[in-house]
Amino acid sequence: MAESRTLTLNMGPQHPSTHGVLRVLLELDGETVVKAKPVIGYLHTGIEKTMESKLYYKALPCTDRMDYLAPMSNNLGYCLAVEKLMDIEVPDKVKWARVCLAELTRVNSHLVWLGTHALDLGAMSMLLYTFRERELILDIYEACGGQRMMTSYIRIGGLAHELPKDFEQKVRNMIKIIRERLFDYEKLLTNNPIFIGRTKGVAVISAEDAMNYCLSGPMLRGSGIKHDLRKDNPYSGYENFDFEVPIGKNGDAYDRYLLRLEEIRQSFRICEQVLDGMPEGPYRAHVPGVVLPPKEDILQKMEAMIFHFKIITEGFKAPVGSVYQAIESPKGEIGFFITGDGTNKPRRVRVRPPAFVNLACLPKLVEGCLFSDVVCAIGSIDIILGEVDR
Amino acid sequence: MGLEEKIPDSIMLTTLDKMVNWSRRRSMWPLGFGLACCAIEMISTFGPHFDLARYGMEVMRPSPRQADLMIVAGRVSVKMAPIIKTLYEQMPNPKWVLSMGACASSGGVFNNYAVVQGVDRIIPVDIYVPGCPPRPEQLMEGILKLHEMVKKESIKNPREEWGRKG
Amino acid sequence: MEEKIRQFLNSKFSDSIIREDNFRGEQSFYVKPESIFPICEALLENDDLDVKFLKDITAVDWYDHPLAENGRFEVIYNLYSFAHKYRFFLKVFLPEDNPNLTSLTGLWIGANWLEREVYDLFGVTFEGHPDLTKIITPDELEGHPLRKDFPLTYEKPRFSWNKDNPPEVIK
Ligand code: SF4
Repeated sequence: MAESRTLTLNMGPQHPSTHGVLRVLLELDGETVVKAKPVIGYLHTGIEKTMESKLYYKALPCTDRMDYLAPMSNNLGYCLAVEKLMDIEVPDKVKWARVCLAELTRVNSHLVWLGTHALDLGAMSMLLYTFRERELILDIYEACGGQRMMTSYIRIGGLAHELPKDFEQKVRNMIKIIRERLFDYEKLLTNNPIFIGRTKGVAVISAEDAMNYCLSGPMLRGSGIKHDLRKDNPYSGYENFDFEVPIGKNGDAYDRYLLRLEEIRQSFRICEQVLDGMPEGPYRAHVPGVVLPPKEDILQKMEAMIFHFKIITEGFKAPVGSVYQAIESPKGEIGFFITGDGTNKPRRVRVRPPAFVNLACLPKLVEGCLFSDVVCAIGSIDIILGEVDR
Repeated sequence: MGLEEKIPDSIMLTTLDKMVNWSRRRSMWPLGFGLACCAIEMISTFGPHFDLARYGMEVMRPSPRQADLMIVAGRVSVKMAPIIKTLYEQMPNPKWVLSMGACASSGGVFNNYAVVQGVDRIIPVDIYVPGCPPRPEQLMEGILKLHEMVKKESIKNPREEWGRKG
Repeated sequence: MEEKIRQFLNSKFSDSIIREDNFRGEQSFYVKPESIFPICEALLENDDLDVKFLKDITAVDWYDHPLAENGRFEVIYNLYSFAHKYRFFLKVFLPEDNPNLTSLTGLWIGANWLEREVYDLFGVTFEGHPDLTKIITPDELEGHPLRKDFPLTYEKPRFSWNKDNPPEVIK
């Protein structure tokens, strides 16, 4: 009889279900996965190094291009970190608007996740539906920042412009439409026997392991640990809003699916609260020499013009010291660790990438699973390679 | 097809060329792979709102063996470059390459050690679409321009001369 | 919470704490490199403090800066207490040649990739790490890109007037 050996299979980096350019080396025994080894780095862009070579202002567009499904969350994290480093307090209106935008981003990211995850599991139509709905959110982005994806709308010390006039109406309209359509998605997937069969009990991670792997975001909450930075360490005025943090029970892919759907609903709740009570005020903090003066002032006041010129050409000098600001992005905790060294460029910009840390548990998720479940496991982690590799 | 290279120069193909070009144009299958942010806009283009299926292009082929058009959507890192070259070589003739976005065309904002400054350093590119990311309409415009180019081709030309038309 | 951790550290590791720092409300403790593993182990085992999360490991290169006199590399451990919702930092300074630390993979499996990343980008080695190899950069790349003496490698853009010249790389 021939001796039995395991088979090593290479999946990716060009593989339709690896969400970009992830490569996984699988060791198979028949159909069962014995060992999996993710190989990353195929999208390494040197973003951290690029940011370190730029002024604080000019590093902002790089953050958009990291987690490109949640650009606003990244902007927010970076701006909060720089504001902490420079000790800037922003007006209330800015805080509230930022919260609303960050929550829109969460919806956007979860919608894309839902579409691609369902596509991986064979439900093609979900992708078409979610991308249709996503356009509504992109329209709002476009009205705000003039770009569909990489808006860089949240700036250090405030926002790039005033919020558009029909912002409130647009957001309300979008919420109304997507809220209804979420029921359609649920009809399609939640009780669908094929979907349940492919996700329930697949890619399970226990609460203990989740802690040990240092996971965050839906991956952690799916295992039943209630940890959400929006509640635990509120930033940007999240303490003013009333919302629930959904958690899962079993830590499998199905729980994470339910959890993300619920998170979309909670995001809508937050958005509505923002719209109901949006305070009036300036859209940028007044900190001469650090925050760009508003455009109207530049055209009228000499002083503002000078500051504008100085900030754009030579930036501002940051004190020596490091700050860390973490926010809850759709994928988990995204943290910006910024070290100033007394010059106008950061000494170190470190991004704590949630997807990178979450992806590290892939070998654990798929150990002993069937080969076809690997796709489901990768999908349910919700990775963005731009952020994993940076 | 293999036959067209044997046609002597003295024979002119007119209607046949037209027909072949028409069929190539009307069912150009892209290779379904994305690299970075631009890939998301590419999916949007194939999605319901912008609907690229109008031009007979909705089928994304996961395998390079079945694809005609390679859309390089996103930044090409040094680690990924050899793989892109392999993918390109695996595609059967005739094949076209569309470089989507600033990064794939010229390195974009990332002028550093990790990114190949333009995918045309490794494979010949037929058409460049600028933008970061290009809007879906922009990508469509690029694809339509490519269709125009395909219209003017003759099956007698081997692929090497098709690449990079300046 | 801050006081609790200080007491805890002072009672057990008083001779390995070099100094404390509080910048913008973030507490950090500078410790000796060799004591990072025992401190983390003790913190993890203490149920009262409940420091169950290792959120991040990263490093800063102080090349060519006055602060480099303590050691060129500063490695930062980002710890989070789950029960107290409190974040604090352990920092160590490492010398320029042969920067070395003890791996924390025995305590948190999640430290595995984080340490590999620090190794890949900064060249800090971790003793006892199961698989200390490059993780992000290509195998051919020599050096550690996030060190400050590694050039960003700027390439001059080419326009129509210089498009025929070979690419010009500025280090
Ligand atoms: S061109 Fe812009 S959107 Fe496209 S991959 Fe590059 S950074 Fe991303």
